[in-house]
Amino acid sequence: MTLLERCRKGEILVADGAMGTMLFERGLRPGMSPESFLLSHPETVREVSREFLEAGADILHTNTFGGSPLKLAEFGLADKTGEINWVGAKIVREVAGGSAIVAGSCGPSGQFMEPYGDISQAEMRDNFKRQVEALVEGGIDVLTIETMMDVREATVAIQAAKEVAADLVIIASMTFDETSRGFYTVMGTNIEEAAEALEETGADIVGSNCGDGIEKMVKIAKAFRSVTSLPVLIQSNAGKPEAGSGGLSYPESPGFFTEHVAALVELGVAIIGGCCGTTPAHIHVIREMVDRAKL
Amino acid sequence: MEVLAKISEALQRGDEKTVSTLTKQALDSQVPPREILDNGLVAGMDVVGRQFAEHAIFLPEVLMAARAMYAGLDLVKPLMEGEDIPSAGKIVLGTVQGDLHDIGKNLVGIMLRGAGMEVVDLGKDVPAERFVETAASEDADLIGMSALLTTTAPVMQEVIDLLRERNLQGKIRTIIGGAPVTDRFAEKIGADAYAFDAARAVEVVKQMVSGDQ
Repeated sequence: MTLLERCRKGEILVADGAMGTMLFERGLRPGMSPESFLLSHPETVREVSREFLEAGADILHTNTFGGSPLKLAEFGLADKTGEINWVGAKIVREVAGGSAIVAGSCGPSGQFMEPYGDISQAEMRDNFKRQVEALVEGGIDVLTIETMMDVREATVAIQAAKEVAADLVIIASMTFDETSRGFYTVMGTNIEEAAEALEETGADIVGSNCGDGIEKMVKIAKAFRSVTSLPVLIQSNAGKPEAGSGGLSYPESPGFFTEHVAALVELGVAIIGGCCGTTPAHIHVIREMVDRAKL
Repeated sequence: MEVLAKISEALQRGDEKTVSTLTKQALDSQVPPREILDNGLVAGMDVVGRQFAEHAIFLPEVLMAARAMYAGLDLVKPLMEGEDIPSAGKIVLGTVQGDLHDIGKNLVGIMLRGAGMEVVDLGKDVPAERFVETAASEDADLIGMSALLTTTAPVMQEVIDLLRERNLQGKIRTIIGGAPVTDRFAEKIGADAYAFDAARAVEVVKQMVSGDQ
């Protein structure tokens, strides 16, 4: 059964957690491109995906969040776009075997489109096309366009993906901040506007990832459910990270996730996963809560 | 003065062309550059900053307003060189080494320029040494550092240690910000100040500089 068929049947799927956070614990250093690890340390990336699979994830994301050429150019790696995305897809494909769904991760370009920045719409479309082409060739099942803050950039990415493969299943996920006027992206788009624009452009599944902890994600999920009939994806981070002398620290433990994941299940969210700071232990909790709902 | 109010309004709309035209007009009719800066450009950015803090406007409006502000600044600044007026303060700004995220830092830069400060922007991925050397050679009042990643935030400590080593602590003060940074962290590493967001950064920096006497 395909992802969309499973969603239609009312199955709740579990997605994986944070790839970047896990890689930072396994040797990735600040200032390095997390995607470069695909070429230098493929085994490490494979290991992280395997851990998420074992924790109960139905959907595994590729380590290609910053894999569009505009983003890779920040590390002088734009010319490796094809290789990085192809290898990224291959590795997860191997881990997934016949059981898990392979989702190509596609994050923001890091650039503003005209008139706020220098990138034209055509350049942005080409940027995402180059990434998606390699991901598709590497064997992804679906594409996750995620952590988008500019709904225009997200829609251009959707268009680019459709040009590469018209029947590719597309998940489009944005990041919202809570303001006194409700949830908005930093560019000023609210949830209703975002859902409408993404759906209109051809997203099959819409939702939100990253943000500011799972409690706010429950509110975001509720808002999405009230404005769209598409399946909704929610991938929360483990709270706002805090710098300490030891480095990383995310405040929300797997235990803290429990009741809020139950709330997401209750709201009818179709795909629940993690973002920054979530570990296999968080994903295990999501798996348990989702399974409990089946009983 | 009516033209200054118009400059401020055009800036708030992000109307680069009108800000440029009106600034030229004002200069032609002998309005002192300092007044154009303070009561036109800075006044306009002040409104933009407040609206952004209140979520009445978002990043696109701020970026367009900033563009309009720079159009005015480019005309006014050269005429102010050599003017013996105390600057509103000078800050060296950058994202710490290893961190390539700079939207937040850029916003702070825009807002501080909009508050009439001199900003030396070192960009992203800035090593500790460069912060300190630039601040010393530029005779800056402050170093402003930003980090988005939890893994890069500790680099801020190096800058503060370097300032201490070179007896510059107190003379060049530090303000830090970014997603993983908290006031607790600022206190722990000995930073002089912390700001939650760009709007707050401007408030804090203004206080720090005016407290200098």
